[in-house]
Amino acid sequence: MGIKIKSMKYEEFQDNETLELLKKTGNNVFLTTVDSIINWGRSNSIWPLTFATSCCGIEMMAAGAPRHDFARFGVEVYRATPRQADVIVVAGTIVHKMAPVLKRLYDQMADPKYVIAMGACAVSGGPFFYNSYSVVRGVDHLIPVDVYIPGCPPRPEALLYGIIQLQRIIKGESLREVRNPDKKFI
Amino acid sequence: MTEELFNILKSQFESVEIKEGKNYPEFYIPASELTTFCKFLKDDDRFSFDFLFNLTAVDWIEYFNLVYHLESTKNNKCIVVKSKVEGRDNVSIDTVSMLWPAAEFFEREVFDLFGINFNNHPDMRRLFLEENWNGHPLRKDYIDEINIIER
Repeated sequence: MGIKIKSMKYEEFQDNETLELLKKTGNNVFLTTVDSIINWGRSNSIWPLTFATSCCGIEMMAAGAPRHDFARFGVEVYRATPRQADVIVVAGTIVHKMAPVLKRLYDQMADPKYVIAMGACAVSGGPFFYNSYSVVRGVDHLIPVDVYIPGCPPRPEALLYGIIQLQRIIKGESLREVRNPDKKFI
Repeated sequence: MTEELFNILKSQFESVEIKEGKNYPEFYIPASELTTFCKFLKDDDRFSFDFLFNLTAVDWIEYFNLVYHLESTKNNKCIVVKSKVEGRDNVSIDTVSMLWPAAEFFEREVFDLFGINFNNHPDMRRLFLEENWNGHPLRKDYIDEINIIER
């Protein structure tokens, strides 16, 4: 092959979500077909919740605006209610006072639900890790996270990459293994 | 502010100290004279500082500095008034919320985070933190072994 791709190893082309799904269903071709139809629908219409607590929210808005336009990936409409949302992008610092609110929003979302931790604060507490009395050190103390996006704040491209990763997670899901994120979560 | 106005203040209040700050001129006034000084700054036509745009405190461990940022929308001038309160426990200073109603919430914030009581304040409660919170987190000697990771 004459094409050289710098950022991705050649072996990784062998590894894709169709293969993942096939392994997960135990090479059941009929179930794989059903799964891939459902996953196609789910992964291409991830509706996010309107939830932003600080500057990462501005980047998230920029990602939704025409220049970056993540509607291309089906992250189409921001829902103002958790009951209609599929993904919650935790964009910003979560303080102890906000924690019960975030937990309730997550609990109100309908299954299947996904969480993206966007930015250093949501990943680990970020710049507020030391000497802070109010900040939760990472949103994974509260809710199970699917995709972590580092950065302070991450560029919209990083959020788009994170969404593509989330789509890949969704495309690897199977009806045989019903998703239960809370099970892994302590 | 011109030299002339500084002199008016000097003649009215002997104990006031004037310093040229980074952005605005700074006035140091003892806590006992704070309310009369602020009232004069607000009501006198030559000053008419009708807008309090910031009120905060600084913990210098030996004492607290109360910092008042005032603006005159009429004369388009800004000044800073600073006042010193000694002690750690039961620190208190007079409120300025009867002059500028905005001070009501600023003072509640300062009480919440620094534990400075404001005398004659209409509603002296915590603003941000829970009612049962222990201590005042922006004090230099605040200790919280559960939540704070020291570095």
